[in-house]
Amino acid sequence: MFADLAWLQDPPADFRARSKAVRADLAGTAIEERLAELASVRLDLNQLGQVAGLVASYLAGTPPPGPLARARLGVVGAGTLALLEPAIAASALRHRTLLTVVGGAYGSAVPDALDPASPVRSAGIDLALVVLDHRLTGLDRPLLGAGEAAAAVERALATVTAMVDGLAASAPGGVLVTTVPVPPEPLFGSLDAVEPGSVAAQVTAFNSALAHMAAGKRIVLVDLARVAATVGTDRWFDAGQWHAAKLPFAPELIPLVADVVARTVAALRGVTRKCLVLDLDNTLWGGVIGDDGVDGIALGQGSAAGEAFLAVQATALALRDRGIILAVCSKNDDAVARTPFRDHPDMVLKENHIAAFVANWGDKATNMRAIAAALNIGVDALVFLDDNPVERAQVRRELPMVAVPELPADPALYPRALLAAGYFEAVAFAAEDRARADQYRANAERAAFAGTSDMAGYLASLDMVADMRPFDAINRARIAQLINKSNQFNLTTRRYTEAQVAGLEADTAKTTLQVRLTDRFGDNGMISVVIVDRAGGDEWAIDTWLMSCRVLGRRLEEAVLAHIALAARAGGATALIGQFIPSAKNAMVADHFAKLGFMPAGTAADGTTTWRLDLAGYTVPDLPMRIDSTVA
Amino acid sequence: MTIDEIISKIADVMVDVFDVDDLDVTSATSADDIEEWDSLSHIRFIITLERQFKIKFLNEEIANLKNIGDLARVIQSKLPA
Repeated sequence: MFADLAWLQDPPADFRARSKAVRADLAGTAIEERLAELASVRLDLNQLGQVAGLVASYLAGTPPPGPLARARLGVVGAGTLALLEPAIAASALRHRTLLTVVGGAYGSAVPDALDPASPVRSAGIDLALVVLDHRLTGLDRPLLGAGEAAAAVERALATVTAMVDGLAASAPGGVLVTTVPVPPEPLFGSLDAVEPGSVAAQVTAFNSALAHMAAGKRIVLVDLARVAATVGTDRWFDAGQWHAAKLPFAPELIPLVADVVARTVAALRGVTRKCLVLDLDNTLWGGVIGDDGVDGIALGQGSAAGEAFLAVQATALALRDRGIILAVCSKNDDAVARTPFRDHPDMVLKENHIAAFVANWGDKATNMRAIAAALNIGVDALVFLDDNPVERAQVRRELPMVAVPELPADPALYPRALLAAGYFEAVAFAAEDRARADQYRANAERAAFAGTSDMAGYLASLDMVADMRPFDAINRARIAQLINKSNQFNLTTRRYTEAQVAGLEADTAKTTLQVRLTDRFGDNGMISVVIVDRAGGDEWAIDTWLMSCRVLGRRLEEAVLAHIALAARAGGATALIGQFIPSAKNAMVADHFAKLGFMPAGTAADGTTTWRLDLAGYTVPDLPMRIDSTVA
Repeated sequence: MTIDEIISKIADVMVDVFDVDDLDVTSATSADDIEEWDSLSHIRFIITLERQFKIKFLNEEIANLKNIGDLARVIQSKLPA
């Protein structure tokens, strides 16, 4: 399932003709979506190369921002990576990212990483990837003398650490490092796991140390050792190809490795799917609820089919527990569709796990749009799980930006197909993630509640409490996550790494603000981040202002402005300067400063607008919330 | 499969591997005739052939091939009779 990317469809028979049609139309409309669609199927090494060529040609024309994220990735590492590099660029399209991949010269991984003037480090990269294997790290032979193996592992770590430090200086977005797959050839046999001098034990010790580095946020791990174990190291290591061409792993696995790297890069850039939309009949249970009734559907212990569907539900619930929103999209009568959730004793999923429940007889593409709108997320954040190939095809045709995995015939394999695709790749996990699915559900309830009252009364009834405080170490990871993931309500879309956020905490020329919001329905978590630059003296410039779209329409932006304005006035400033830098996704805040009473103060050629608020004329409005402020 | 049939199938593979149309492939065609045929695309070429013909080459079998005719003969020797 993994090695052949079974969740993807076969490429169309006329793939080459389609690819050439895209090449002939690189300046055409919706070209980024057409590129993404071209890469949305299972591509072989040749096709990946063709698509990578299209991406490079397209980006060479320096096109204006579009719907896909962009990044530049430097790659250094073991052996011949020149086949992997274009495959990563092509696979990144599947993860909504236009990636420029800059490869180092063969055999010069260490100098490429250490020398600031190397071709990789001087290429203006955002991110770097270090591809390791046991041969590059010097963990390729048994060391049975006392302490020898430990010393070899230390040396390998020292080399990789130096490479990471070097690359990090040129790649502000972060450095990805692969773990080292364990070669399959035993020395003693099972004793290899016990004897520290075996290659297997050395590699395992090295990988543990890498995971520790990743936990400390110095690197982002790409766990190739796990990928190799998943497909089998017997298949992974191709000794003939290593000897002939120094390919570090079997070339048939390049499409899988490239996709794994690409999804991690995309996650690091904040591009990841947010919501799993579930079909019901024959996806969450066996049979058709409208025909078979609650007693007739296959679900629960005691039958292989019933247990398979339980496993699908348990998979969905596990995703929800790590912050993925669940929704339902089913062709059913609403009341009938809800019956199992209410009356079937074996249902793992309950109605309160589902943030948006859409059961009707309309077409699924339209319903998918409605789900995205109700949850206030992009359609490109949806994954759609449906056993029915006709429904899958309809959604793919209408909404190619929705991820729609192919499913095997046996429902027992649905969980693996869904999870193998890596739609929900994450590079960090914060306490906030755990609560997110609840927050989206509470939001849906708030929306229903809002329908019954006037706006001011509704806001007052929410009992909102906004907690405002400067950046701090405890919340640093979440602040960095918001800075890197927020696209829509983001005035300048400036991205800062966690290390840079730490720097801002200590920067005496900056005022920083993190805002949390609770209300009668629950804790919304951190919902706004602001960075103000005081270098201008009596004019404070708003460098970054972003908010979670979950809390739109709550007058929270006014509360945030009040906090900044009062702080600026207390600090002796006479004006606040705001900036709006247009991106493909932030049109919703083009009028943000105008709405808050700022006056226009200039428009740049690229569409960036500057705004000015005279603090002498500013008064704090009456706001429907309590503000708890902590000052640094 | 005859040598000519194999060469015709190799020619189809070459269009995809080298990303060029209108290749005139004969038994005398070699890497010198195709600009896109370098050491990297050669690796892709070999593994695509392995997949298409469902065979596996040994390094020594393909180390000293001079042209497509040589390659076709190696492939023919590995196909089931």
